[in-house]
Parts: sequence; structure tokens; C-alpha cells
Amino acid sequence: MTGWALAGSHHTGGSMLRFIVRRLLQAIPTLFILSLLIFAWFRALPGGPASAMLGERATPQRIAELNETMGLNDPIPVQYLKFLGRMLNGDFGTSTITGDSVLTEIGRHFPATIELAFAALFLAVAFGIPFGYLAARYRGSLFDTGIVISTLVGVAVPVFFLGFLLKYVFSTQLAWLPPSGRQDVDIDATSVTGFATLDGILTGEFDATLNALEHLALPAIALATIPFAVIVRITRASVLDVLNEDFIRTAESKGLTAQVVRTRHVLRNALLPVATTIGLQTGLLLAGAVLTEKVFVWRGLGFLLAQGIEQRDYPRLQALILLAAVVYVVVNLLVDISYAIIDPRVRVS
Amino acid sequence: MQMLLERKKRRIDELAAAGQGGTSLAKQALKRMLRDPVALVGLVIVVLFVLLAAFAPLLAPKDPYRPYPELLENLTVTNIPGPMPGFLLGSDADGFDFFSRLLVASQQTLIVAVLATLFGLMLGMIIGGLAGAIGGWVDSLLMRLVDVLLSLPALILAVSIAALFARSNQWTVIIAVGMVSVPVFARLLRGSMLAQRESDHVLAATALGVKRTTIVFRHMLPNALGPVIVQATLTLATAILEAASLSYLGLGDQDPFRAEWGLMLAQAQRVFEVKPSLAFFPAGAIIVVALGFTLLGESMREALDPKNRR
Repeated sequence: MTGWALAGSHHTGGSMLRFIVRRLLQAIPTLFILSLLIFAWFRALPGGPASAMLGERATPQRIAELNETMGLNDPIPVQYLKFLGRMLNGDFGTSTITGDSVLTEIGRHFPATIELAFAALFLAVAFGIPFGYLAARYRGSLFDTGIVISTLVGVAVPVFFLGFLLKYVFSTQLAWLPPSGRQDVDIDATSVTGFATLDGILTGEFDATLNALEHLALPAIALATIPFAVIVRITRASVLDVLNEDFIRTAESKGLTAQVVRTRHVLRNALLPVATTIGLQTGLLLAGAVLTEKVFVWRGLGFLLAQGIEQRDYPRLQALILLAAVVYVVVNLLVDISYAIIDPRVRVS
Repeated sequence: MQMLLERKKRRIDELAAAGQGGTSLAKQALKRMLRDPVALVGLVIVVLFVLLAAFAPLLAPKDPYRPYPELLENLTVTNIPGPMPGFLLGSDADGFDFFSRLLVASQQTLIVAVLATLFGLMLGMIIGGLAGAIGGWVDSLLMRLVDVLLSLPALILAVSIAALFARSNQWTVIIAVGMVSVPVFARLLRGSMLAQRESDHVLAATALGVKRTTIVFRHMLPNALGPVIVQATLTLATAILEAASLSYLGLGDQDPFRAEWGLMLAQAQRVFEVKPSLAFFPAGAIIVVALGFTLLGESMREALDPKNRR
């Protein structure tokens, strides 16, 4: 008996490992093409790469110097290899706005984006799944119609307009919540992790956490709308699909209570595609909530990008675009792997 | 990552597989659509929008491209004149007639959306057509490229293209917004080509000795039309939204003599607290029009879906 069990578990572990390795290998050509695209982008910058990288500090002499040090006079294949080398070393140059290394800037602003992305994702999931499920269960009712219409409208609203609106109503008119930033200036919080909400809890400064949460509320709501609409739609469609399955009829005719069928059979199976969508949305949110961060002056990566665009800070733009793509690829990879853990059929297909 | 892209891809592929049935099926689909209230709502919105865009210059009561002294008179940092006789919605932030500008902006909004969609369609058609018609390693390489583009967040892709131009104008907006839909159209066209390569009518044409290019243009492309129209309709909605986002990020059309809803909305942010209606009207217009294209596109997709054939 033990032998059988062991053989079985060994087999599962093996196929899982093979799946992960296969996915990792599949990511390589993608990353390679991505690096080619970014290199082409870098070469196509207005005024040539060296002048774009220097920004306002560009003088003919400095351009010539930079062309020399970055190897921009070499043949294109050599240039590409040098470019790749710089990227892999994390050398993205210095921001033409602040003069800081782009990598340092990104490190400083990443926690803000992660905090906002997860807050928005939490809202979208916490409200999206129940709403989608209820809409499917009461299909055709007034509630269902209302939900379907509002999700369609939800994706048609320009995100930044929603931001203005929230700010105007809850900040200017009602004065319930702060209009921008991550924390009031007079809050003297100790930074431990860079996550303003978490730091307060860790250091016992609960007023700092509360203050950070107040600042987080509006941008998180604005950012959550699109993932919310998408999650509602997928959940609804997926629950409707599962409700038509034979095994639901079987479960019902077996005499299982409606409650058991709903949670164990319907919800469990319906949530698989929803999980995929959530992963996809996580990638999108992390890759940059550019519009939301700009509206609420939320100093994360999206804010850096928006500022970089306004002032044509090309070193910064290059790094952020690359990062957005890589984050997206990595998140997708992680989701695939977790998907394969939930659903064994994925591994073999 | 393949798996996750899968969802986006499957949506496109299903669309490519739909509507491979010639005219009678298209007629049936049209009939089904006209019975669908959602499609009708979408259609009415789209038709009204196109009519408005076509006749806006005639409908505008005032010259939208010059400030009026009556409006400038009361224009201060804290006050923008509201509705008054002759000026239905009052002034905008620069002393122009807001109502007239709002009307003519429909034109530029439509032009940008249509041209961006056409750009995406053309480039996508070339890439997808080449991949589908040639096959082999060209196909694999092009499709890898398409997958990478497909996996970039739309706004990031649009921003990186727009940032390549030293100064932004309506053409850079059109190209940047159009690029976002290139991978989608490419995949759609390729899927449709592959589906038809094995089909009887193509086999018959080949057997008759028809030239390969003629087969592609005369026999294959027309059959891909249904899914392409569906996708283009949906793309028009997102194009309007993306153009607005680019404007807000400062990558929009900088010409003050061309009014466009996205640009008007983006500029209204500065004066949102003085006169919120400057944002409400263009935003409302964008929402209604984007919704119209989405409803129309989604109901066409459903009508084309063979599963819904009754």
C-alpha cells in the first residue's frame, strides 16, 4: 500500500516540477523578444538615445562622451549585447529630473504601488465575487440587470474622471477624506517596511496607520472599479456555466442540500476562471496605476511614470516600461503555477 | 504565462472561428441582432454620435474656436461664467462657448477613434495575414511578437509609443492608440486565415489554379470580415478611452483649435472645483459613446456566435 501511495505522490511531484520548468523555459523567448523591443525603443528615442538619456544636460560633448561609454558607436548587435548587460546589472542610468539613480527611485516608490494595488484588489475581490455570484443566482432579475449594466458602464468611465469625482465629493464637498498623498505631513511615522499602513501597526503608532488608511481609501476605490467590473462579469458567467453542468444536477438529485451544492459544487468550480482573472488583474495593477496615482498624487511607480512623461525623463521611462513588462510576465508565471496546483488537469495539457 | 494570456487569446480565437459561413449566416446574424434590445440601444447611440459628428459644425450656435468678450468679462480664476443668454452652457476655462465646443469635439473624437482603429486594423492585418498565409517559422516568430505585445498593459504600450515622439499631436495619439489593437487584430486575422486554409472553398480555388494572392484577398479576407467588424466596434470604444488617458498624461493633441472630448475632460481637471460641469459633459459624452460601441460590439459577437443560432 505504502508503495502505491509513494509512487503516486512521486508522480504528482514530478509532473508539477516538469510543468514549472516548462513554463520557465517558455518565458525565455518572451523575455528575449521583450528585450529586443525595448532595445529598439531605446534606439528610436527622439534626438538619439544619448541625447534623450541626458535630457537637459545634453551638450554635444557630453553626448559624444556618453556615446563612447555606452558603446553607441559600436555595431548594432554589439550595442544590443551591451544594452542587455546594462539591463541585467540593473544599470538604468540616472533620472534627468532628480539626478538619482533610476533603480533607487524605483525601490523607493515600489511599496506605495504594491500597497495601493493590493488595497484595490482586495476591494474588487471582496465585492466582485459576491455580486457576480448573486447576479448569476438571480439571473434575469432586476438585481442582475442592474449589475450587468453597471459593470458595462464601469469600464466605460475614464478612470481619471472617476478620480476627480471621488475627490470632489468626499474631499472637497464632504471633507471626509484627504484628497491626495499617502499620509499627512504632521504624522511623524517611523518607516520600517515602506508600507505606510503596515508600519504603524509594527511600531505601535496606530494613528499613523489610520491616517494612511484614510489616504488610501479614495485611490483604492478609483483603482478597484475596473477589476471589480471584470471580476463580477467573469464570476457571473462562470457560475452560470457551472450551474448547467451535469454534476450539479447529480448533486441535487443525490439529495444534497442547496447550501452544500452551492458552496461545494458551484462556487468551488466557478472560482477557477475567476482566479485566473484575479491574477491577470494583479499584474495590470502592479504594472502601474498611472492614472489613479497621478490624480491622487500617490507617490508610487505610476506617479513616477506620469512625471517622467511630462518631463521626458527617458532613463526613468525605459526602466519603468521594462519593469511593467517583467512584473506582468512574472505575475502571470506565478498565477499559472498556482493554477496548476489548484487544477491538476492544467499540468498535463 | 501562456495559460493566462490564454483567456485573452481564446476570446480572439473564438471570434476568429465565428462567422465563417458566408452571406446567409451573416443575414441570420443580422436578423438575430435586430431583435436584441441591447444591440438596438447600442446602434441608436452610435448612429446619433456619427450624425452629431458629421453635422456638428452646422449645429454649433457659436464659433467654437474664438473667445467671446461677454464670457471673458466675467472670467476669473475663481469664476467661470455659467449658462447665460446665447451661451447654453456658459464659458469654458478660456472664454470659449462651451456648448459649441462640446458639439464640434464629437468630430475630432470620432476621427481619432476611427483612424486609430484603422491603423491597428491595417498593421494587424498585415502581420496576421503574413503569419497565416506563410506559416512556418515566420508564423511562429510573428506570433511570439504579437503575444508579447498582447501581454503588455494597454496604457503602458500606448504611453511608450507616444513618448517616442518629441512633440505630441493628433497623429502621435492615433499611432499610439492604434498600436494597442495591432496584436489583437493580428491574432484575429491569422486565426481566420488558418481556419480557412483547410476549408473546401479555398481547396477548390487552389485546384482551379487561382493565384495565391487572389485566394487570400478574394476568398479568405472577405470571410474574415464579420469578426473583424465586431472587434473594430469594440476597439472604437477603448480607443476613445485611451486617447482620453493620453491627453490626461500630457501626451494628447496640443492644438487648442481642435476640440476633443478626452482633451476637454483632461483640461477640466485644473478647474474642477470652479466649474465641475466642464468635466461632467465631456465625461458623460465619452461614457455614453464608449458604452454604445461596447453594447453594439458585444451583441454582434453574440449574434455571430454559432452557439446562439436559433
